[in-house]
Amino acid sequence: MRAFAWGMRSVASTVLTLVLFATYLGIGALAHDSHFSLGWVLASTVLVWAGPAQIILISTLGSGATVVQAAIAVTVSAIRLFPMVVSVLPMMRTPRTKRRHLVLATHFIAVTLWVECFRLFPHVPRERRIAFTHGLGIGLCAVCLFATTLGYGLAAKLPPLLGAAILLLTPLAFLLSTARNCRQLSDVLALVLGLALFPLVSVLQTGVDILISGISAGTIAYGVHRWRERK
Amino acid sequence: MSDFIGDWHALLVLVIAGFLPNEVWRMLGLWFGGGVDEGSELLVWVRAVATAILAGVIAQILVLPPGALASVPDGLRYGAVAAGFAVFMLTRRSIFAGVAGGEAVMLAGKWWLG
Repeated sequence: MRAFAWGMRSVASTVLTLVLFATYLGIGALAHDSHFSLGWVLASTVLVWAGPAQIILISTLGSGATVVQAAIAVTVSAIRLFPMVVSVLPMMRTPRTKRRHLVLATHFIAVTLWVECFRLFPHVPRERRIAFTHGLGIGLCAVCLFATTLGYGLAAKLPPLLGAAILLLTPLAFLLSTARNCRQLSDVLALVLGLALFPLVSVLQTGVDILISGISAGTIAYGVHRWRERK
Repeated sequence: MSDFIGDWHALLVLVIAGFLPNEVWRMLGLWFGGGVDEGSELLVWVRAVATAILAGVIAQILVLPPGALASVPDGLRYGAVAAGFAVFMLTRRSIFAGVAGGEAVMLAGKWWLG
């Protein structure tokens, strides 16, 4: 229980909380302008818990796309969650951990939690990490529900320049927090190559550009890491 | 209740188009990652791919900006992020200083351009 409270308190220790707050302010406003109900967008924050997927869901459905088209767009954006979950879970597990103990913690994993787990876990004893993640996840989710409600209420009053500033927060914060979390050469290379490859791959307009550039950049970075280890 | 959520049809759409296609990747990660050893080489590769995919998301927002961000000229978007990164490095990796610096450059640029 102490670890749970510790996780909740950690919400106040990261600038990413502010970024999430601003992002969900934007999502609340977008939902209002696309004529979704407040309860619906709050439910989407709890159930989906991934900013980009929610923006895609609201904007595709809002523009009249079918449920199937929206589902495909959402699932493509969500593929990134798979490697994030796979890389975080081994840090949470103890030999006695059952899979079902990890279900709720897994649901909370998105970019922010992924980044914060790598930053904070070294200070948290292993057997406390699941409770810690639950506290952090529920704390962040509460902040986002508040921001969603506020954004929904303020939608008509937000100046356009604020919208641009909110959208710029995501790339800035993702870039800097990933850069700070780089542990070894392969992480730095993956970040740099991933940034450089996307504009090249996006020319192909495959619909899964991020996946292609991500897997190739990550694999090249890993290859360089292996090659250097062997020398 | 029905005014708050909309109707049950809207909630069903949320589950089918939003929740399930998103959550499936997390649960696949749980199923697959439940058995991977923390120190394994596979994990180094998975982390590199996750980092590179995230880098792709960052690049996508900057190269193909959504919504209101498209009103900011290309050069100013890239310049603001580069400035944010420079501030981050100069302040011994303070994310807060870097984000604030990048935003300040973008807002100043917009104001200057009119």
